[in-house]
Amino acid sequence: MNQQRLQERVRQLREQQSTNPCRVLVCCSSPCLSAGAGAVKSALEAVAAEHSGRVSVEVTATGCLGPCSRGPLVTVRRPGHADAVYERMTPELAGKILAGHLTETPPADNLLPADLPFLARQTRIVLENCGRIDPENLDHYLAADGYAALARALHDFSPEGVCAAVEQSGLRGRGGGGYPTGLKWQLLRKAAGQRKFVVANGDEGDPGAFMDRALMESDPHRIIEGMAIAGYATGAAQGYVYVRGEYPMAARRMHKAIRDAERAGLLGMRILDSPFSFRIDVRLGAGAFVCGEETALMASIMGRRGQPVPRPPYPAEHGLWGEPTVINNVETFGNIPPIIRNGPEQLAAIGTGRSRGTKIFALCGEVIENGLIEVPMGTTLREIVFAIGGGIPGGAAFKAAQTGGPSGGCIAAQHLDASMDYENLQALGSIMGSGGLIIMSEKTCMVDVARFFMDFCMDESCGKCSPCRAGTVQMYRFLDRVSNGSATERGLVHLEELCRLMKETSLCGLGASAPNPVLSTLRYFRDEYLAHIREHRCPAGVCRMTEVPVTLLADELMQRIAAGRLDGEAF
Amino acid sequence: MSVVTLYINDRLVSGRVGQTLLKVARENGIEIPTLCYLEGLEPWGGCRLCMVEVEGQGKLQAACLTEAREGLAVHTDSERLLAWRRMIVELLLAERNHTCAVCVVNGHCELQALAAKLGVDHVRYDYLHPALAMDVSQERFGLDHNRCILCTRCVRTCSEIEGACTWAISGRGITSRVTADLDRPWGKSTTCTDCGKCVQMCPTGALYKKGATVGEMVREKTHLQQVMERRQRSGK
Amino acid sequence: MTVVSARKLRLATVWLGGCSGCHMSLLDLDERLMELQTKVDLVYGPLVDAKEFPREVDVTLVEGAVANVDHLELLETIRGHSAILVSLGDCAVTGNVTALRNGGKVSDLLTTIYRAGPGRSPVGPEAVQALPALLPKVLPLHHVVDVDAFIPGCPPDSERIWAALGALLRGEPVALEENQRTFG
Repeated sequence: MNQQRLQERVRQLREQQSTNPCRVLVCCSSPCLSAGAGAVKSALEAVAAEHSGRVSVEVTATGCLGPCSRGPLVTVRRPGHADAVYERMTPELAGKILAGHLTETPPADNLLPADLPFLARQTRIVLENCGRIDPENLDHYLAADGYAALARALHDFSPEGVCAAVEQSGLRGRGGGGYPTGLKWQLLRKAAGQRKFVVANGDEGDPGAFMDRALMESDPHRIIEGMAIAGYATGAAQGYVYVRGEYPMAARRMHKAIRDAERAGLLGMRILDSPFSFRIDVRLGAGAFVCGEETALMASIMGRRGQPVPRPPYPAEHGLWGEPTVINNVETFGNIPPIIRNGPEQLAAIGTGRSRGTKIFALCGEVIENGLIEVPMGTTLREIVFAIGGGIPGGAAFKAAQTGGPSGGCIAAQHLDASMDYENLQALGSIMGSGGLIIMSEKTCMVDVARFFMDFCMDESCGKCSPCRAGTVQMYRFLDRVSNGSATERGLVHLEELCRLMKETSLCGLGASAPNPVLSTLRYFRDEYLAHIREHRCPAGVCRMTEVPVTLLADELMQRIAAGRLDGEAF
Repeated sequence: MSVVTLYINDRLVSGRVGQTLLKVARENGIEIPTLCYLEGLEPWGGCRLCMVEVEGQGKLQAACLTEAREGLAVHTDSERLLAWRRMIVELLLAERNHTCAVCVVNGHCELQALAAKLGVDHVRYDYLHPALAMDVSQERFGLDHNRCILCTRCVRTCSEIEGACTWAISGRGITSRVTADLDRPWGKSTTCTDCGKCVQMCPTGALYKKGATVGEMVREKTHLQQVMERRQRSGK
Repeated sequence: MTVVSARKLRLATVWLGGCSGCHMSLLDLDERLMELQTKVDLVYGPLVDAKEFPREVDVTLVEGAVANVDHLELLETIRGHSAILVSLGDCAVTGNVTALRNGGKVSDLLTTIYRAGPGRSPVGPEAVQALPALLPKVLPLHHVVDVDAFIPGCPPDSERIWAALGALLRGEPVALEENQRTFG
């Protein structure tokens, strides 16, 4: 395929789609499938078959539309009508609704209002195709302007020009680090090496985060296109998509998309009849959170034990098999096609300060609307929680939002109007992170939150460096003690000291950022820690508080023995 | 051979291009403690005891991995670094069952000596007291997980010097264990050549010679350098 | 940590969960014991006949780890009545051999050692009348109360004890030399 044939194919596909009298899009990403989207789709297909003599209905399995807590979601798309999105579909209801549409009496049951803030208040650029196309169908992606950016890059841009455009857009790494993507690409472009590599990091491991999964499941070609553009821009001929082992569907869809793109001449040898060749392979993780760290990720791709090595040297000089390598998050690659297709100005026009473009967040926790959202950088937390998210269930008060998972921190209620951008979140003691956004109400105990994340880090520490391996355990034990009632204030001093030790001496980002949830909860909710320790009570009523500090243990043991609850402590 | 000059603890010192800060410091009689580093093995950067301050760099650097560069100003013994070193030693002592009194290398142990040197006379953290086994299946040597600090000297000695690759680390985080032949009893290992080099390189009592009394368990650390030197001489 | 030197120093020694080896080391001071007795009054310990831990003790050397309820209660009394509390020996400092039992559960330990072993030993609440309940984990002293100085060693040899006592008698903080502060 060359550029002309690609354009011709797109024209045909669009014409075909616009004459289609009725298209039904069934969200078939992991959340909707687990809510029963498979059966809904079968029911819709049955209804479509019933009416097939009279009208042609195309039932399409799409990727994630966003409002996951309302799934399964079904969109009915008819020429001349606005899209009708239905929530919480059952097979019966979905059949009834489709039949209604086909007889011009569309029912209003479970119909989402057209101006639902959750959808209307978003700025969907990276997610533009999510929930709109069949991720397993290359034609759908092509009809949505897919691979136009790659064609344009190969045709109209020099590799340097692509890097410059990406730089100009102000795009920064969406995995959380926020390193300017254009600059990273320039480094790789200029690096001397026999071979160069492009790696997409899809090893999303933060608890409560599912942006990368949704993107890989919903729009895999977009990532492939972004990677191919990166390959062209940097002089790499080989790419790897590193997909978390727990995401089998994302891996399967990435696989299929790569194969389909190769067959269509959009990937592989001489892409679009240009001299540029680029291959992509999928690599599956084996369940280690630390493999999201780039040096550990590379070790894992090379088949070694997934453990970080110190940087420098950075991957741009010494990456996969010692060759220059660029590693970007899958969301970063998802940002690339529109930059080339629409020009870097579009992305640069959105956002605030040095944070340009949009950010995808996985909104979850104690908020009415759970799901995937894409908003301009600099949107306030209040807008996200109360306008888009619909507020806290049951009218409870907002307490804090956790961003950046176990590497991030929490943002307290007094900062609800804070702008969500790289610099500001850091100033508030958290990080942008990859986009996990966990909302917590007054019913949440912040000590318990810190304990949860420390438990996670302890479990995921690779064990290579001693401060992280042994430090996370000591911190977890103390936090556990605070929440069971046996902590003392002396331990609190040790905890804060351990936080500093780990930040300064850990080998990789996992250990260095593991104290963040502790530090930020201590910063905003120290009184909660003290209530546990001094007053032996959990203000949120979450912690069990069944133990006592060791100095009170003698009486406690005697009482337990007297009550016959002795666990062998006594003769 | 090109030379670099730099300041370590405000003293002007020189080293060869490509040398690490640790090497330059040691050649100039400036002691930086290490447990995972061992001359002759690839640096590992795991124990984090050799962290030093480099002026103009916000982050602490591991001296065993950082190249000495012209004009650097390095500090190896600030109050902060000493505090971190003491804490790391405390964390290691609390991590497993380092009961010196009943350990076969009592008096010849690098961890024990380092604790004394750094003034660690008590450990503030919880002793974890993990219930760990010993592997005494090997004919001549024993492996006591209770004393292991996961420095991986044995792993690196086995792969880099002996070339047998018997040892590896299994598990992760606090559950990491040194393991032979992908988790077999040492005595059942088909790759182990019985050379005993790992035993000589172990900083603690994790690897020991069976039947040795406390007084006899002195390590022959120069062994490694001798092997390296002989190899170099024979051109291998 | 200043001690009034106008009068004899009131010294107590205590034996908690340990083997008494540290006290043996104390006796190994040999002829220096004569010098010591001119400077201190030994007011409590295994070497003297005092039933209750006295008030206003200047220095208390505690051997052994905190292993049971009695140790716990006594240690709190000691801390309350002592100006300076010194952990004497590895069991007091680290838990050491006494803490080897921490790898398992107390009930398993009791079963193995007493209930399944030869002879019959009291079981259940009746036993609590006679014997102190064991703590779930053996602890070093400073994990329970504040400790002012540490003399590691198993046992700490008499030189270490003498060096520490010397400092205390001079009203100085205990600062043992590198070779005198090794564990084990």
